[in-house]
Amino acid sequence: MNLLTIVGVLPLISALLIAFIPSKNAELIKRAAFAATLVVAIASIFLVTGFDKSVTGMQYVQSNTWIEAFNINFAVGIDGISLVLILLSTILVPIVILATWHESDLGRWSSKSFYILILVLETLMIGVFAATDLFLFYVFFEAMLIPIYFLIGGYGTGNKSAAAVKFLLYSLFGGLLMLASVIGLYVIAGNQIGATFDLTQLATLEIDSNTQNLLFLGFFIAFAIKAPLWPFHTWLPDAAKAATPGTSVLLLGVLDKVGTYGMIRFCIALFPDASKTFTPLIITLAVISIIYGAFMAIGQKDIKGLIAFTSISHFGFITMGIFAMTTQGMSGANLYMVNHGFSTAALFLVAGWMMMRRGSSTIADFGGLQRVTPVMAWTFFIAGMSGLALPGLSSFVSEFLVLVGTYTRYPVAAVIGTLGIVLAALYILIPIQKTLHGPITSGNENLKDLNLREKIAIAPVILIIVVMGFYPKPVLDIINPTAEKVVVNAGFTDPVAKVGK
Amino acid sequence: MQTSANLVWLIALPLFSSAILLLAGKRANSWGHVMATIVSASAFTIGFVEFIAMQSRADENRAVAQKLFTWISVGSFNVDASLLLDQLSICFVLLITGVGTLIHIYSIAYMSHDLDRRRFFAYLNLFIAAMLLLVLGDSYLNLYVGWEGVGLASYLLIGFWNQKPAYATAAKKAFVANRVGDVGLSLAIMIAFATFGDVSFAGIKEHVEHASSTQLTAIGLMLLLAACGKSAQFPLQSWLGDAMAGPTPVSALIHAATMVTAGVYLITRSNFIFDEAPIAQLMVLIVGGITLLFGAIIGTAKDDIKKALAASTMSQIGYMILATGLGPIGYAFAIMHLLTHGFFKASMFLGAGSVMHGMKDEVNMRKYGGIGKFMPITALTFGLGYLAIIGVPPFAGFYSKDKIIETAFNAGGMKGLALGIATLLGAMITAFYMTRVVILTFFGNERWGHKDEPHESPALMLIPIGLLSIGSIASGFILSKGEGLVHWLEPVVNPLKEHHDEFLPPIVVSLMTLTVVAIGILIAVSKYRGDQLAQAPENVSVLTKAARRDLFQDDLNESVFMHPGQTLVRNILNIDYLVLDGLVRAVGSVSLTAGSRLRSLQNGYVRSYALLMIIGALALIAAIWVVTA
Amino acid sequence: MAIANYLYLSAILFTIGAVGVVIRRNAIVVFMCIELMLNAANLAFVTFARINGNLQGQVVAFFTMVVAACEVVVGLAIIVTIYRSRRSISVDDASLLKR
Repeated sequence: MNLLTIVGVLPLISALLIAFIPSKNAELIKRAAFAATLVVAIASIFLVTGFDKSVTGMQYVQSNTWIEAFNINFAVGIDGISLVLILLSTILVPIVILATWHESDLGRWSSKSFYILILVLETLMIGVFAATDLFLFYVFFEAMLIPIYFLIGGYGTGNKSAAAVKFLLYSLFGGLLMLASVIGLYVIAGNQIGATFDLTQLATLEIDSNTQNLLFLGFFIAFAIKAPLWPFHTWLPDAAKAATPGTSVLLLGVLDKVGTYGMIRFCIALFPDASKTFTPLIITLAVISIIYGAFMAIGQKDIKGLIAFTSISHFGFITMGIFAMTTQGMSGANLYMVNHGFSTAALFLVAGWMMMRRGSSTIADFGGLQRVTPVMAWTFFIAGMSGLALPGLSSFVSEFLVLVGTYTRYPVAAVIGTLGIVLAALYILIPIQKTLHGPITSGNENLKDLNLREKIAIAPVILIIVVMGFYPKPVLDIINPTAEKVVVNAGFTDPVAKVGK
Repeated sequence: MQTSANLVWLIALPLFSSAILLLAGKRANSWGHVMATIVSASAFTIGFVEFIAMQSRADENRAVAQKLFTWISVGSFNVDASLLLDQLSICFVLLITGVGTLIHIYSIAYMSHDLDRRRFFAYLNLFIAAMLLLVLGDSYLNLYVGWEGVGLASYLLIGFWNQKPAYATAAKKAFVANRVGDVGLSLAIMIAFATFGDVSFAGIKEHVEHASSTQLTAIGLMLLLAACGKSAQFPLQSWLGDAMAGPTPVSALIHAATMVTAGVYLITRSNFIFDEAPIAQLMVLIVGGITLLFGAIIGTAKDDIKKALAASTMSQIGYMILATGLGPIGYAFAIMHLLTHGFFKASMFLGAGSVMHGMKDEVNMRKYGGIGKFMPITALTFGLGYLAIIGVPPFAGFYSKDKIIETAFNAGGMKGLALGIATLLGAMITAFYMTRVVILTFFGNERWGHKDEPHESPALMLIPIGLLSIGSIASGFILSKGEGLVHWLEPVVNPLKEHHDEFLPPIVVSLMTLTVVAIGILIAVSKYRGDQLAQAPENVSVLTKAARRDLFQDDLNESVFMHPGQTLVRNILNIDYLVLDGLVRAVGSVSLTAGSRLRSLQNGYVRSYALLMIIGALALIAAIWVVTA
Repeated sequence: MAIANYLYLSAILFTIGAVGVVIRRNAIVVFMCIELMLNAANLAFVTFARINGNLQGQVVAFFTMVVAACEVVVGLAIIVTIYRSRRSISVDDASLLKR
């Protein structure tokens, strides 16, 4: 067992241990869960110290036979792209637990099951980014739906059951298409090199273009639903509105990244030719997502719906960067996944605190918060500025890399995407004006500002947002070699060649 | 190139100070403004030390650089966080920190009654830091950080009193209009990277001859769009008037002296691109020409003293932009006008703030009148600024504006004639509306309609105004002495590459200018001589009505962008719900209906299940029989 | 007597049982009808054993009897419990699965 496996299994073991704590001892359960995830977060940081940035292949590789008859292995390993996403997950989980300490109190089931679900989810999230066996990935990919389904349905608000079912069925539909492709790929491998689910071996297959296109679509639609890309997005706003803020953070911040991660790891790596064929279509969808999500966000009256649609716009940027097939676009998209995770976390957590205090998620119910709750207003403001990619904050670096990378290959798409930054100003500033500025509307006079626990929870997120804006180099250094390799393996070279500096 | 470790402190000091003030909260209320002012003064000192050191070096060694760290490096896209202080940026550094410090001092008194004074100073310091980054960045991307940083500071300061919804809206409007400009800057950077593989000034300048004229024109036009957003130039000018919602020191610092001139800086900095892109340069001229007249016309009809001054700012920046469009010779005059304008406009804005301070925050000039005798010092300094802006020799504006008019005529041909006439006309209107402001405010009958007499402002406010007034008297003479600034900037903008024939001798141009200025003054005096009413007259000419409505700029934006945009959003919301989500819901409801139909078979009666089983068994047997037979 | 007659008898008994299950409401009678069907099947098994001249059919018949006995034990217990709680042994009254 190497460190990666330990990091992955730790949350699951903690979940098992927590199962023995009596459910009425809710405070102890919360503390135990927080401590466990904190340990995981710290352990995952050690993954970085042992990670060799100069190696572009998988590291922390481990492979054990799982189902021998089908040559399925429990095979894990990480490269730069997956490492940063694992870090994103492990860092976000303790923050979410701390930030939403009382979120589980009013749920349909006990707090105990809430935290067990969160911990199981964490294991699955790490697993899905670490799996190097296609079948194992598929298992994690589908298994992730289960805890989220219960987290939305059991602890959410409003139309939670319907939203949970919609989320589950929509995702299952995508998963099913992917399963068909997985089996197809397995069969082709069986004919050519012997049955295997190993990713590196699958990448060497020679597949004729028609089959490749079909298999590609199976994977891509599953990931486009997960990401979500226009027009497969309609489950996200419902799920985000129904879920608790903490669940929404994990859903939008980490789970949806599996979609864009899958596009890099599977769509492009396994089917380079099909990727080339479908790139114009995908870039178009991505551009539509950017603009459409932004317009939808402008029209939202509900604060959670707003954040959900801004995310759809941002996922458009990520997808555009990936399929631009340039080093800048690929690295930028990967960095964007991380940055979006943190900035959405900040937005959702602060919005969650605002909603909890006010008892409403309607934007119009707020007003003048800057005078009542200055600290909360400031955190919301900074999170919002990160959402509109203000230079100096982390999202700017990634958004600009994506745009510049896209421009060198698809100028028109990049130009339209750039218009998104004006819309971003609108969809962030309008709610900021309505919630933070203006006269203090009735019902808001006595709202309490953030308490110490909340401040401690949000501080690291804000810190990461600011520091990564000025000094993204450490993360880019991890991402760059892998991103470059993905682009080269797909058969592309950067239009703007490297100049010796 | 020489390096200097001091540059980073220019930015870091105000940035940290701003962060400290915001994080310390109420604890810093008692000392926050003092620290902010000291920090700003220290930045000025650093700038001044660098300036002295720069002067002692030879022309080609004057620029200093400092590399801080590698900011973004992906593939061929490499951007360092590096600073560059050359002859052009030092002008701005001194202007920003110098005027900035004076305005800090002024604000201590001006904002003394405001509960949020600490926050105000935090924003001011943030602005100073961002603006310095803007002028010190050695690449377009570094500049962009400062560019949006000043936009943020401007947003925060315009909306400083955001409990008033109109002010909050003004702040938002400014940010969004600036963002439209930022699209231009983003695209310019992208095109530059795609063309040159580099985004630093030095790198692009080095390779500029390898680029096609289309690429350069595209970059130039995008940079012009950026400049239009930040400098309130046509067609992105509409935010500046509303931006006067901010406290008056902000209007003086950000929306008169420094931030709004960033567009001029951008174009001057990009001279190597514009010099090779004649179409872009022509567009610069057109934009500058339109805006200088546009702003001047609006200025004639405004009753709000700050909005009249804002319109004037717009018009004066139009002059500068026009000058930058005139090619190598124009840049130095644009920068000269920028510097002199920084002095006299800031002094007039602070003077207006002083008047407001004494008049219970009244901004309507129709309710002023005869204030001169109650506030003599303010009136005197305002008068000096007035003489400077209309261009009376030997005040600052004469030297800088006269040069622009002269150069415009010298552009040659029809172009030169048109530009020259436009600038002359602008000068006349400027003289008219500024005279109007001065008469309505300081002379004539007292119209404020309450017993309390206006009082002169405290010394803390008057000293900065006085110092700025000295600038508005002397700066023009000093900068143009022996063509000092022109030679100073030579290494950056290469002004001696070409030389135009003189269209008219300079003395003739000066005389013409003075004549039109005199005409403008005379019209204003004859119109506003004698007693005025406290209300604005209603039955005025169509032109005046249009000017009062800012020449329909907001109406145009609303009917072309805002309303269609809102309709679009509504429609997209409906389409999303009805069509896209509708399809998903249709799949769901089809399954549900099918399920409930089939459910009626499951009626719970054992006997009907048995019957179904029997039927099923018989059907199976029949099937087997059919298959085997 | 032709051996096919046993099969005809078995078919008639099975049909009677099946019709009884479908049309009678009394749980005891339904139960007896099921027994009738099982025994009809037994008769068929034994007959086939005779026709084929081996013991396999007879063995299956024994199995069926054992299963039938078990079924009677469980079934009667259920019927008694239902009768105790509902004071009725009509199978139509126990249509709780519908909801």
